[in-house]
Amino acid sequence: MDVSTQQPVQSAVLKPGRPKTLTGDPFFRGLVLSAGVGVLLILGAVIVVMVVGGMPAFGQFGPGFLISKVWNPVTQHFGAAAPVFGTIASSVLALLIAVPLSFGTAFWLTTLAPPAASSVIGMAVQLLAAVPSIIFGMWGFFVLVPLVAHYVQPAAKALFGHVPVVSVLISGPPFGTGLFTAAVILAIMIMPSITAVMRDVFASIPSVLRESAYGLGATRWEVMRRVVLPWSRQGVVGGIVLGMGRAMGETMAVTFVIGDSNHIGWSIFAPANTIASLIALEFPESPAGSLKLASLMALGAILMAISFVTLWCSRMLLARGQNSTGKRS
Amino acid sequence: MTARRTPDSFRAARRRMADRLATLFSWCATILVVFVLGSILWTLLEKGLPGLHLSIFTKSMKAPGQNGGLANAIVGSLMQTGLAVLLGAPMGIFTGIYLAEYGSHSKLADSVRFVSDMLLSAPSILIGLFIYMILVAPFGHFSGFAGAVALAVLAMPIMVRTTEDMLRLVPLSMREAGIALGAPKWRVTCFICIRAARGGIMTGVLLAVARVAGETAPLLFTSLGNSELSFNMGREMSSLPLAIYQYAGSAYQDWVQQAWTGALLVTFGVLIINIVVRIGIRGGKA
Repeated sequence: MDVSTQQPVQSAVLKPGRPKTLTGDPFFRGLVLSAGVGVLLILGAVIVVMVVGGMPAFGQFGPGFLISKVWNPVTQHFGAAAPVFGTIASSVLALLIAVPLSFGTAFWLTTLAPPAASSVIGMAVQLLAAVPSIIFGMWGFFVLVPLVAHYVQPAAKALFGHVPVVSVLISGPPFGTGLFTAAVILAIMIMPSITAVMRDVFASIPSVLRESAYGLGATRWEVMRRVVLPWSRQGVVGGIVLGMGRAMGETMAVTFVIGDSNHIGWSIFAPANTIASLIALEFPESPAGSLKLASLMALGAILMAISFVTLWCSRMLLARGQNSTGKRS
Repeated sequence: MTARRTPDSFRAARRRMADRLATLFSWCATILVVFVLGSILWTLLEKGLPGLHLSIFTKSMKAPGQNGGLANAIVGSLMQTGLAVLLGAPMGIFTGIYLAEYGSHSKLADSVRFVSDMLLSAPSILIGLFIYMILVAPFGHFSGFAGAVALAVLAMPIMVRTTEDMLRLVPLSMREAGIALGAPKWRVTCFICIRAARGGIMTGVLLAVARVAGETAPLLFTSLGNSELSFNMGREMSSLPLAIYQYAGSAYQDWVQQAWTGALLVTFGVLIINIVVRIGIRGGKA
């Protein structure tokens, strides 16, 4: 730091007596300001383009587009219910898997691990977030799908096949592809970001609180359960919502393992479709200007609305959590 | 211990039990996560390495059974990622400068920061559809340029975030020193703050490269893919993720093999950038 800062200070010294270039300042200010405004414009343009692109579908099907389960390119009838169901179901299932996993890992990283191991494993977890989503898709397709088809679903059927309600949830032929497999992949993909948020908020608790609880004889789990979690609840929820937002928009990984079926059902092993996977799969067969393309754009607009609302919620929760802990202005 | 079972000792045992269970669960969760990462990397090495020949880099994609390579996809990936960063970096870095040095906590800056965070987490497929509507549909054909613009939109928010964060780490006293010497604000920003933070800003650029190099979804709608070697960004262009997507779902053994090799190249490229950057950050802060 020191070396690099010496030089620029020297170069910033202006020759005395020379009038300063006053034109530079407004120009530079205008430049960076327009870049900032450009960011706003991009988001505005995305919103406008998606809504305008989806207009023909909304116009053709009206509000019924949202609740219609039909997706039939032959009869030119399209509805959003099935992919919206798939998106929400797979994300919720993914959260059910990812939240305990992230919590366990964050607990380990902040409390149980020796510092050296914590930083190495912490980095490994973050590397998981850097793996491109198509790689998760391939891994899921070639490794996870056979596993689910040959072991997980048959085992689940053998165990719970006769339990009244549960048997419906696990019914269906063992394809291997479906909501459950997609949820597992999604859980692995969003787990690093949830863990990172949890780790940050757990670490932001003043150590005096932690230590006084230990001083009273609390176990590590009790400190986590009764001191750290209540303190950081808001941040934790924000992290989970952020994970949900990511899961709903994930495309490539899901496309490989979701099974491509526009079907709403109870079984978690049944093939389905998410908005993103349906767009990715059907787009190549949707010529420009067709009703199908407009329907896909309308689906995109719905996805945009869902994920922006989710991200907005998570940001509000995280910002307030940070304010209360005083970590960031 | 088992001799007397007073309510107190029973309670202590229960508390210890809960602690042990939580500890066990926590260990299992961590081991599972590391195991999954290991499994992904192992699968890539096991299936990708056997196909890693020189011909991957020298030959273009060919029909199944004709012993093709991935040269055109690699070229396409490099060109599109490179152009994306060239387009996204100025905007991202300028926006970061605006947020850290000029806007600070004004209403406008807060909304720019907010929107940039939204774009950072927005589904990449939406960005692909957006670029399709404005750069592909009006021109009537797919192009590598449209792909690069889509990637630039995805790369930009990362650089906004890191540039702002890194500029905020530059001590105020350095800015004051510059201004006291009579330098105008833009010179203080460009020649003092940016220079002091350039390591961190480069980190952001590299992370952006790593993020967009593996992106597939937006390219499906913008650059489409191309099986011939092409340097023309005005037309359809291939890229490694698209080639992987096309090959992995196919029924041909040699295509699947090449998909794994491509996946190996992309993943290790991306992971190496990430490791270098993260070790660099830690080294710089220590």
